[in-house]
Amino acid sequence: MRRRRWRVVVLALAAIYFLVPLIAAAEFSFRKPGGGYWFGNYLAIATNDALLTGLLTSLQIALFTAVVVIVLVVPTAVWVRLRFPSLAGVLESATILPIVIPPVVMAAGIAFVQANLDTPLFRTLFSSSTAALTPFYVVLALPFAYRAVDNGLAAIPLRTLVEAARNLGAGMIGAIVRVVLPTIRSAVLGAAFLTLALVLGEIVIARILLYTDTFPVAVVEVGRSAAGVSVALSLASLVLTWVLLLAVSFVGGRRAAGRSSS
Amino acid sequence: MSSLLDTPVAAPKDAPPSRPAGRWRAALGLIPFVGYLVIFLGGPLYFVISGALSDPDGRPTFDNIVTSLTQPQYLAAFRQSLLLSAVTAVIGAVFGTFLAQAVLTGRPGSPLRRIVSTASGVLAYFGGVPLAFAFIAALGQTGLATAWLRGIGIDLYASGFRIDSLSGLGLTYVYFQIPLMVILITPALEGLLPQWREAAENLGASSWAYWRHVALPVLAPAFAGATLVLFGNAFAAYATALALTSGSIPLVPTAIASALSGNVIAGQANVGLALGLNMVVVIAVVMVLYLFLQRRAARWNKR
Repeated sequence: MRRRRWRVVVLALAAIYFLVPLIAAAEFSFRKPGGGYWFGNYLAIATNDALLTGLLTSLQIALFTAVVVIVLVVPTAVWVRLRFPSLAGVLESATILPIVIPPVVMAAGIAFVQANLDTPLFRTLFSSSTAALTPFYVVLALPFAYRAVDNGLAAIPLRTLVEAARNLGAGMIGAIVRVVLPTIRSAVLGAAFLTLALVLGEIVIARILLYTDTFPVAVVEVGRSAAGVSVALSLASLVLTWVLLLAVSFVGGRRAAGRSSS
Repeated sequence: MSSLLDTPVAAPKDAPPSRPAGRWRAALGLIPFVGYLVIFLGGPLYFVISGALSDPDGRPTFDNIVTSLTQPQYLAAFRQSLLLSAVTAVIGAVFGTFLAQAVLTGRPGSPLRRIVSTASGVLAYFGGVPLAFAFIAALGQTGLATAWLRGIGIDLYASGFRIDSLSGLGLTYVYFQIPLMVILITPALEGLLPQWREAAENLGASSWAYWRHVALPVLAPAFAGATLVLFGNAFAAYATALALTSGSIPLVPTAIASALSGNVIAGQANVGLALGLNMVVVIAVVMVLYLFLQRRAARWNKR
């Protein structure tokens, strides 16, 4: 029974530490100027043009980033598991890199290119927030996406599935797209939503490169005059992303349970 | 979904291609991924390094590096950054391990496990802006938690606490350090085989003796490696500090950002890049240690 007691203490401490700031933020976001509570801070997203266009820009970036991440990660993770099991450790270390490389340093390097190299290629790259930020957000999104997808692959009989598909005449790409991808779709969705979380929270690169029309930058800017709005919208984006991930987790879990019982 | 907390099962090692030619052809499959990292991660790093080693006209020089390592304000920024990263890494690592173990002793697939798993992903990733606002709402001068604590007789602000101080920032950093630790350490904790505990108990070991002599030595390399990643994560983080303090605490990223935006002295951009290079060197040391520890940790996976 002693083992149960430390568990309760740890979970209770974690609950306090992780929930109190969220509850405080929620309470603050519902405060009405002059007393009482209202929903007005959340409605600002519909009335404030900067926030609305920022949200659309960021969702667009998130979509492109997620697609590139999945196209890069899924075939690579499959390939490593099938052909290079010995490289799995090396690749996992490589995906740690974007966690520890400071975004501000990446931004510094990109800003140098932005300021000093003026060729048509770079002009196209830096022409809009979406074109300029997506390639680098992909780099930042890789570590967790690789982990999520690789864990998904670990849970399925990958070699058997791929060999069966190839015996039936599918090419490697066909096998990945039509057999592997549907089997690990909850892991892939998880990776996509983590990418969304990243894009909705990243301000460092966007600010240093002066792409100020993304959602998180707009939220911080709005905070200078209306703190309630920033708190409301950043909390909403956090909770929405988490609910999406949790939903995927439960749906994926139920499907797996159904499969093993049949 | 197969979540971040599930153990990666070792890949089957039965059929790696044996012919060298097949191996080389197989290596082609890695080119998109590796090539992408080289261009979009290596590219910016290359320009940081070359810019740090040249003056504004492009002539090679070490002056920027010297400036970045001798100016008192930069040294102070480095000290604060290292301190903040080290302290939050250790706290996050210890508490994250306890939390991961507490969750793992529950039923697999239980709601608690799903909640912690998905929340870890979101919090480790989201970082930055929402986090800073939540902590201001909780522990700012007029924050909810500040008011509650005052209600039970603890006046944080009278005792000198400020949310936009170094300790306030540390308290906020731990909020994303613990989830990252949960993600990183869970596979290692799941790798502790129940047979080891049973064997230890059959030999008369207490729960404490099992942890002291079996589990902790096995976990040590993975734990140290994950702590290093946490250190690097905090060292690299800037969004939270930016949103929480708007740059009032001198950290290395703050110094880089202000050197780049030129609001110190014109021509400081190269010094900013030199500061960036110093950060990269610190991170490189961290990564080398990490790879070494990773190799030690992998020994126990070859079962």
